[in-house]
Amino acid sequence: MNNKLYPSPARASTVDEVLVRHGVSRREFLTFCASLAAAMALPAGAAEKLAAGLAKARRPSVIWLSFQECTGCTESLTRSASPSLESLIFDLISLDYHHTLQAASGEAAEAARMAAMRENAGKYIVVVDGSVPLGNPGFSTIAGVANIDVLMNTVKDAAAVIAMGTCAAYGGLPAAQPNPTGAVAIAELVKDKPVVNIPGCPPIPTVMTGVVAHFLAFGALPELDSLGRPKAFYGETIHDRCYRRPFYDQGKFAESFDDEGARRGWCLFKLGCKGPVTYNACATMKWNGGVSFPIQSGHGCIGCAEPNFWDAGGFYEALSMPARPLQVGAAAAAAGAAAGVAVAFFNRRKKAAAKAAHETTTLDDLEQ
Amino acid sequence: MNSLQLLTWARGPGLDTALAVFVLGVLWRLFEIYSLGRKQDLSAPRHAPGASGWATVLRRSLPPPGMLPTSPVSYIGGYVFHVGLAVVVFLFAPHIALLTSLLGLAWPGLPSQVVDMVTVVTLAAMIAVLADRLAKPAKRFLSTFGDWFTWTLTFLPVLTGWLAVHHLLLPYTLMLAIHVLSVELLLVLLPFTKLFHAFTAFGSRWFNGTVNGHKGVAV
Amino acid sequence: MSASLEKGVRVLKEVIDAPIASYFNSCVHCGICAEACLFYTETGDPKYTPIHKLEPMRRIYEQEYTLLGRLKKWAGLAKAVTDNELAEWQELVYNSCTLCGRCSVVCPVGNDIVYMVRKMREGMSASGHSPEGIQGAVKRTVTIGSPMGVKLPAVKAQMKHVQADTGIEIPLDQEGVEYLVTLSSMEIMNFPEYLGAIARIMRHVGKTWTLSSEAFEATNAGMQIGNSDLARVIVSRIVAGAEKLKVKTVISPECGHAYTALRWEGANLVGRPFTFKVQHIVEVLEEFRAAGLLKLDGMETDRLTFHDPCQLGRRGGVLQPQRNLMKMVAKNFVEMPDAGFMNWCCGGGGGASTIEEGEPLRLEAFKRKRKQLDAVKPDRLVTACANCRIVLEEGLEHYNMDLPVIGLTETIAEHIPD
Repeated sequence: MNNKLYPSPARASTVDEVLVRHGVSRREFLTFCASLAAAMALPAGAAEKLAAGLAKARRPSVIWLSFQECTGCTESLTRSASPSLESLIFDLISLDYHHTLQAASGEAAEAARMAAMRENAGKYIVVVDGSVPLGNPGFSTIAGVANIDVLMNTVKDAAAVIAMGTCAAYGGLPAAQPNPTGAVAIAELVKDKPVVNIPGCPPIPTVMTGVVAHFLAFGALPELDSLGRPKAFYGETIHDRCYRRPFYDQGKFAESFDDEGARRGWCLFKLGCKGPVTYNACATMKWNGGVSFPIQSGHGCIGCAEPNFWDAGGFYEALSMPARPLQVGAAAAAAGAAAGVAVAFFNRRKKAAAKAAHETTTLDDLEQ
Repeated sequence: MNSLQLLTWARGPGLDTALAVFVLGVLWRLFEIYSLGRKQDLSAPRHAPGASGWATVLRRSLPPPGMLPTSPVSYIGGYVFHVGLAVVVFLFAPHIALLTSLLGLAWPGLPSQVVDMVTVVTLAAMIAVLADRLAKPAKRFLSTFGDWFTWTLTFLPVLTGWLAVHHLLLPYTLMLAIHVLSVELLLVLLPFTKLFHAFTAFGSRWFNGTVNGHKGVAV
Repeated sequence: MSASLEKGVRVLKEVIDAPIASYFNSCVHCGICAEACLFYTETGDPKYTPIHKLEPMRRIYEQEYTLLGRLKKWAGLAKAVTDNELAEWQELVYNSCTLCGRCSVVCPVGNDIVYMVRKMREGMSASGHSPEGIQGAVKRTVTIGSPMGVKLPAVKAQMKHVQADTGIEIPLDQEGVEYLVTLSSMEIMNFPEYLGAIARIMRHVGKTWTLSSEAFEATNAGMQIGNSDLARVIVSRIVAGAEKLKVKTVISPECGHAYTALRWEGANLVGRPFTFKVQHIVEVLEEFRAAGLLKLDGMETDRLTFHDPCQLGRRGGVLQPQRNLMKMVAKNFVEMPDAGFMNWCCGGGGGASTIEEGEPLRLEAFKRKRKQLDAVKPDRLVTACANCRIVLEEGLEHYNMDLPVIGLTETIAEHIPD
């Protein structure tokens, strides 16, 4: 993959010019647009509009902020085995600030961010990976400045914010119980700018490419769901589109990772697969250039694209399994029996009292 | 709280709580009812074939001679939705998986398509029985808030389960959570509403069969 | 002491038992019991739905014997049972219920509703909400000896008539005989042919029997009004009479409630098992038939049908004997629809026939019997209960139906060769 990080002159050029400069043919570009349009479930004819829009678009300045994160999201985006559709993201944008990828360091790096913000005020895009700690400003800083301050300062003049990965989208692992740093999601802090959540640990890189391309070509963000996710990629659960779904419907489940069911590729529901409650495109877009995805390689989905997935029960605990039914049931049975015996005692006493108070009816007692 | 958290709560602490209240309530109510006792019958018994409590427990599942035409919706609708509920609850693969984890017992289920069809028929039968309750004078006259409430309590789990399986109306996770919660509500309230007939009907039939069986009448 | 709401509630607390608790908790308000009750089917008035007749008792059960009900009562959320309410319910518990037990055999959850009505009447009678008609019958039975005011001299007079008619001496107070024959006052006053039939049959089969001067009246209005204290007083006379004469078997007459009072309630009322057997006359005749003792002559050729008295059949377990006997004497025996176990009540059982103000309702309910009869169009109607017989005759007359009603025992007796 070519390193597309170079100083600002390139920012002035359109996507078209950059693509030509990097030897991307018209045919390759159209294929790319058609694939994106398909992945985003855009209507027929949208691929041409996407291509036309993209070609004329000016490459936007992108500032990438990394807070409490593991760099997995960046890895997901950059570590493709061969040049891929995802890598084209770097042809669409002018990445002006990114800890891991930028050449500059120290004062120069921060100066680049300031310059990008100044020169593109109101037009630049901020991508964030990682969550922001609110517990103590010193938990995570950049050049001595707390994450919250860097974030709020940077998004001030942004056109849109993309929360990349589960940590930025929902707080992720740093926010897992007991959340020692007081980590929060970006959308909880940024209220006056459009925020797109692209959850996943890591997220599928094509999703980010799609969102940026949509923004460039149509001047607007794609349609989002109630959790701020692009509906095109997060509209269905993994379970819905899983190739093992027919086994679930037939009630054929692997009971352990080395049984006959597992070898035959039956449903991993009982082994803790969270596919039924996880909204992501893994089952259709897959990973590593469409090679596979977790369930295909024999392991259940761990639900990494869902809020609080780390605290939502064990990865190997089936979704339909209650916590401690037998102990709870036994205790309740004992309590119920005790209550019943107590009620029975009082009832029998009351009935005996009524019987003892019985006055034998005589003929005179038939009338009031 | 988002959908997955709600579902996780419903499946964990929620289910534990509901099961606890259910088990506690059932035992308490059974003691409360059956501890009242009854007097021994001192009259000389008459023995007749089929005249016993156990025989009545079984026999009363069939309409007595001539009764079917008087209340066809109650009988047929009643059969369909009771059997339907049993099939849906006990023969749907995911439900069996849950019960296996609870009880350690496993049994074969029905294909999902069959269960799906049974669910639709069950829902239809319940709606028919509700319409009958509104239409028949005696039934409407007897109906109290409890009747409408328990109908809803029973209908909701079936409906939400079906909607969840078909990914209709609400996102699957949320619908599944509502489904589980509706079942939990049903479990919590069952011992304290007329739904408790699920337990006492057998006791009632047995008493009726025994008291009349003593007289040699196979009721 | 006299009757009061407080007393009624206390009595209900006494009689509510596990079956009743189970029944109230099982009811799902399906309304099927209404379809089994002739007072509902013939009037269409939903207040006659059997389970509804028990509403006051249900609330007392809930408020006294369930924890939630007690909490509701304590919080002031429970509706207390009032005198006015019980007064309103009197019609439902007595006039429109003949204790026929059809509801009890159809209830899908198995509720024995008639069992509950019988217990509810304990509370109704103790609270002073029983009909004057049945009160009068109870008073006459306890003070005079019979609900119709029949005394021993009247019985003796009938004995004389029968002796004159049949030439058979009617034994009175004979010790050590096999059978003690009891009568209902209707048989003494309206259907003396019953006693004659007994005399002829007993001579024919060669069995010893007697009447008792203390225990001739078999009916028990105390049970009908639902008061165990008074029912005990009445039934004790028969127990004493039977034990004094050391008979093997007491024969309950052609009267449904007399049979239930003696056969099923008697031992429970006196609090110990009987030392003698109790049989309905139909059961006795069936034993004679099965033993080959009945050698009858000739057959009735007209179209006969049989009305099953509820207390004999559905409530008493005697369903086949009457059919065996009918087939001995009737060439053309037809069954009405629902005959036997599911037969419809005449409309006047359980004391209802003594309630004057209940007559219009009774006649309305009789339409059910008319439908049954219209379906088979018999020439004569046979039954084995004097009360059924009176109520049937009244109904038939009201609807201008020309259909004689006869007793089974006398029909059998008519075929005994001279």
